[in-house]
Amino acid sequence: MSAGNMRLTLKVWRQSNTDTQGGFESYNLDGVSPDMSFLEMFDILNEQLIEENKEPVAFDHDCREGICGSCSMFINGRPHGPLKGVTTCQLHMRSFQDGDTITVEPWRAGAFPVIKDLVVDRDGFDRIISAGGFVSVNTGNAQDANSLPIPKENADDAFSAAACIACGACVAACKNASAMLFVSAKISQLALLPQGQAERNIRAEKMVAQMDAEGFGNCTNTHACSAECPKEISFENIARMNREYIGAKSSSKGV
Amino acid sequence: MSWFTQALTSSIGKKVIMSLTGLFLISFLVIHATINAMIFYNDGGETFTHWGHFMGTNPIIRTLEIGLVLGFLIHIADGLWLTKNNNDARPVKYAVTNPSANSSWYSRSMGLLGTLILIFLVIHTSHFWIPNRSNQFATGEELNLYQMMLDIFQNIWVVIIYVLGCFSLFWHLLHGFESAFKSLGLYHLKYNGAIHVAGVAFSIVVPTLFALMPISIYLGWVY
Repeated sequence: MSAGNMRLTLKVWRQSNTDTQGGFESYNLDGVSPDMSFLEMFDILNEQLIEENKEPVAFDHDCREGICGSCSMFINGRPHGPLKGVTTCQLHMRSFQDGDTITVEPWRAGAFPVIKDLVVDRDGFDRIISAGGFVSVNTGNAQDANSLPIPKENADDAFSAAACIACGACVAACKNASAMLFVSAKISQLALLPQGQAERNIRAEKMVAQMDAEGFGNCTNTHACSAECPKEISFENIARMNREYIGAKSSSKGV
Repeated sequence: MSWFTQALTSSIGKKVIMSLTGLFLISFLVIHATINAMIFYNDGGETFTHWGHFMGTNPIIRTLEIGLVLGFLIHIADGLWLTKNNNDARPVKYAVTNPSANSSWYSRSMGLLGTLILIFLVIHTSHFWIPNRSNQFATGEELNLYQMMLDIFQNIWVVIIYVLGCFSLFWHLLHGFESAFKSLGLYHLKYNGAIHVAGVAFSIVVPTLFALMPISIYLGWVY
């Protein structure tokens, strides 16, 4: 990592735990390289804080390759920052100007309580998956090619929906903190494939019920979610989820 | 909770109710705009009064009117409920947001635009619908709605309020028309374009037609 010459002012949300009030702290950072990723810039900030005997900023990160869905920073008013189709870890400082002030907040949603600083609790997503985002039949070993015919369009749509990394940027971007892009992607990836048919109705019913129980908001079709999604999950999934849910409620055996 | 109540009170159910009542109100706007546009015949209100009389006295229309009032009430109540849910879903707000980067302002302002339309609706119904129906109830006679329009729209402030009401309706429809189809799951490359064009055209034509009525009367084009 080459030393650079960018000077930045960071306004970062600091909060010691879920139950305490948080607030913004301002930090000046020198020598930032435009080639650094946003998270590497935070590593530099944390090293500086540790040297000053201050508490480093807690933030989520794991693979730093844009595929794990861990990073979750709301940067200058947008989830994962200013670029389209990019996670925070794949955002580089060349997207900013020398002398910029950058405001960094955690995802804000009642269903995503702040654990510490920029780290939020996204277990709600896991509980939605546990409610029905799986196939419980044993699918066995990998099938011979084409033994299970799947239309190309369905395979493509299912694969695109499955690209969702569950980072929560859709919830963060939505003015209603709605999780519908996430839930609809997880419903779609199975509803489009033969393996998902057995539990198709119950899946839609249970996952939507769990989404509501978690306290996420309702969709107003602003499309902010798919515009900000680092995996560019299509808004079409939400319409499919609406069809799946309406169809399930009006045809399933459950009362 | 029965499956039906469960479905209707779920997040998706509330959206479906919003969508169906919205589309029903859109169908009402077609009738309302068509009949009111009869004033542009400029025949001293003869054609307008003829159809106004039909709408005000035909038993089928009067029965449907109850459905219309219910449609309005459900759309408003469900809208307020959804808005409250959505506000509660984010108890701590962001300090900095840049929503114009990902969505249009009117798609994010349906609650506000709906409230403005509601305020306009209270003013509008207390000008025409409420006095007319009250009089019909009390005396069995309809009021001369055409003459009332000519009188009421002599006041520039009333005309301004009506035009502002039409602006709110325009923005509300510009998002609402298409959004209603999406909430029902009707979102497909095959017909998205058609719904979009129809939505934009409807949002422009109907409010413009409505706005032209008070303007034309104020300027003396219709008398």
